[in-house]
Amino acid sequence: MPAEGEPANGLLLAVGQLTKLFGTFAACDGINLDIRPGEIHALLGENGAGKSTLVKMLFGVLAPTSGQIVWQGQPVRIASPSAARKLGIGMVFQHFSLFEALTVAENIALSMDPGVSLSRIAKEASDLSHAYGLPLDPNAHVADLSVGERQRIEIVRALLQNPKLIILDEPTSVLTPQEADRLFETLNKLKAEGRSVLYISHRLEEVQRICDRATVLRHGKVTGACDPRKETPSSLARMMVGSDVAHVTAEGTSAKGAVKLEARHLSASARTPFAVSLKNICLKVHAGEVLAIAGVAGNGQGELFDALSGEYPVASDDVILISGKPVGTRGINARRLMGAGFVPEERHGHAAVSALSLSDNLILARSQSDRRAFLGGGPLGLIRQDAVKMAAKRISAAMDVRKSGENPPAGSLSGGNLQKFIVGRELDRQPTVLIVNQPTWGVDAGAASRIRQALVDLAKSGSAVLVISQDLDEIFEVATEIAVISEGRLSDIYPASDLSREKIGLLMGGMYGKTETAETAHAH
Amino acid sequence: MGIFEAILLTVITAATPLVLAAIGELVTERSGVLNLGVEGMMVMGAACAFIATQVTGSPYIGILAGIASGALFSLLFGFLTLTLVANQVATGLALTILGLGVSGMIGEPYVGQSGIKLPQIVFPVLSDIPFLGAVLFKQDLIFYLSIALVAGVNWFLFRSRAGLKLRSVGDSHASAHALGINVIRTRYLAVMFGGACAGLAGAQLSLVYTPQWVENMSAGRGWIALALVVFSSWRPWRIVAGGYLFGAVSISQLYAQAFGVGIPSQFLSALPYLATIIVLILISHNRRTTLINTPASLGKSFVPDR
Repeated sequence: MPAEGEPANGLLLAVGQLTKLFGTFAACDGINLDIRPGEIHALLGENGAGKSTLVKMLFGVLAPTSGQIVWQGQPVRIASPSAARKLGIGMVFQHFSLFEALTVAENIALSMDPGVSLSRIAKEASDLSHAYGLPLDPNAHVADLSVGERQRIEIVRALLQNPKLIILDEPTSVLTPQEADRLFETLNKLKAEGRSVLYISHRLEEVQRICDRATVLRHGKVTGACDPRKETPSSLARMMVGSDVAHVTAEGTSAKGAVKLEARHLSASARTPFAVSLKNICLKVHAGEVLAIAGVAGNGQGELFDALSGEYPVASDDVILISGKPVGTRGINARRLMGAGFVPEERHGHAAVSALSLSDNLILARSQSDRRAFLGGGPLGLIRQDAVKMAAKRISAAMDVRKSGENPPAGSLSGGNLQKFIVGRELDRQPTVLIVNQPTWGVDAGAASRIRQALVDLAKSGSAVLVISQDLDEIFEVATEIAVISEGRLSDIYPASDLSREKIGLLMGGMYGKTETAETAHAH
Repeated sequence: MGIFEAILLTVITAATPLVLAAIGELVTERSGVLNLGVEGMMVMGAACAFIATQVTGSPYIGILAGIASGALFSLLFGFLTLTLVANQVATGLALTILGLGVSGMIGEPYVGQSGIKLPQIVFPVLSDIPFLGAVLFKQDLIFYLSIALVAGVNWFLFRSRAGLKLRSVGDSHASAHALGINVIRTRYLAVMFGGACAGLAGAQLSLVYTPQWVENMSAGRGWIALALVVFSSWRPWRIVAGGYLFGAVSISQLYAQAFGVGIPSQFLSALPYLATIIVLILISHNRRTTLINTPASLGKSFVPDR
């Protein structure tokens, strides 16, 4: 139950009527929230609901416009992160605030008392990380670590301050199921020690599993406070979204047609020191299929996408085939002309230029494949603004893209709406092959279900769809076939119905040896 | 004195301003700020150091004037790029052009005057060591300072907590801000340290290298210093190695001329720049170490969102 202005005794933290305005836009509007000692409290909400803004104010990164924060019965002003740390608030950011060029110990030292020597910090960090089951090598460079290991640094860094409240912002979005289980054990240990955890997530299943209470935000306001264990996923989702979330149906996508996309023993060496090389990847996607490639970030997903899309063509033509034609050395536009469509992972700066309008972003992607519709003047290649704007409008309507104004810059759209536009930009062409990388990364539940349904519908209409994703919920919703990528190697392809989360987790753990994998999976 | 001693001494004199300006720029860049105005700050330092020496009669006051003018000039850069968030590359170039112009103007009355050379500080006993003694322990203050600064910067960056903070700001200013580090203040201090070092390098030119004022006397050394920072892949001791290599190349042209070696002098004057290009190509091969050492936020402006 939210505190109504007057904080009751025994509360660790009580937030009253906290408001943050950006211009006239209220990111947080009169938020009430209280946290008891020794509880795991969930903060639920879609992207843009104000969760991150709220916790940034609690951690002193943003200054509230109005409202009060009461910490252990005392009203406080949290002016900076170091003030928050002094009070006993620790934070694990969603986008890690780590320094890639520094070592683990140096990263931790930055948030510690300057009087402590680096070698002592290294030792304490190492001891603490083992005590909580999160082993870390203090002398490793962050750049060389996996996302899961990076998160451990953040958690250990927060724990070294001996905090009373730890805020975790979407901590499991980058973890394998096994890593997530380990994190939950750590959180329960913290709870047993009497510490409180503010757990931000939009994964309802997790929240129900580990959280004692939940506060739900929507459009910057509290829309519900409840015991998540007494709710159902759909009742929680209703509080988050304000309406029922459409359920994605993948039925009727099992009919197999001809092979539309194929990779034959595709290998590619790493382009940068931090990239992953692709090793002997074989895959086939038939018409009507959705092949999902699961895996933890940084295992070659980006590199696989680059090779398949032609962003970085490979050395020989016949290792990649689109509709049976070898295209390995061809670039993106050549592949688009053959009916393929691509949606890369990063929305800003890769899939779209933030500063350009939606119609300009449309012409950038499709100037070659839709040359006849969008360009005029023969060799001059003049842009037919009207035609392009019409198409952008059509796409926005088809994908329910919510935007301010007729043709706003891509950067002004929320993540979910921009992603809907980018996916719609490809779907609009009815591609015979669609390759998408992390289609709903950081996208709210409503937009995510819309995008997933669109992918499924495309496959139903006879196209081949390849989805690269870290999100297992997403994979089980859309996939007809599943493979797992680990350290640049692809597992066998299994029908979606044959795989469980646990098996995928084992495949993610790097047991790529094809036959052994299956056996190990059964042995467990 | 043998010929090798004489050559070594001239190499040291030629290399010291490069090392000084580069070590300052290294600190600036480690904080994520790219100040292309090294040449301008250096030439301002040279002019102000010479003028102050002529006015007061003390080259030591000249050194202080050089340092102060470089630091002040860099403060202008800091105000424009850090407070007003102007583009760093454009502002740096403007600073160079401005420095060349202003120094020429204020130095005009002093052209042709013979200056006062900075006296040598002789370490007794040590300077009697054959060969090396005269080279290393019979030098002026600025040479000793240059070596001490490199050692100090190396210690500061990799051993002290403040240096760790500076490196973190250069690696990811958003993360540093989230941790509560004052990004703008850190960068101001780093920029001013860079300016002070460039000013000191300028003072060396007009007080040691050629004790007089000539317009545009930095003659491109600021640009070499910038290249040296990349050459060193942002590691302080490599600045010394690179600085002395570049110094030796630029001195070799004088000796080649004196001994009548049949190489065009223009080619020899171009050698340091050629060496820079070759080194840039070579180090880009070892991408891993470069990536670990390169400040990832280099040249990016930071606006805190409060």
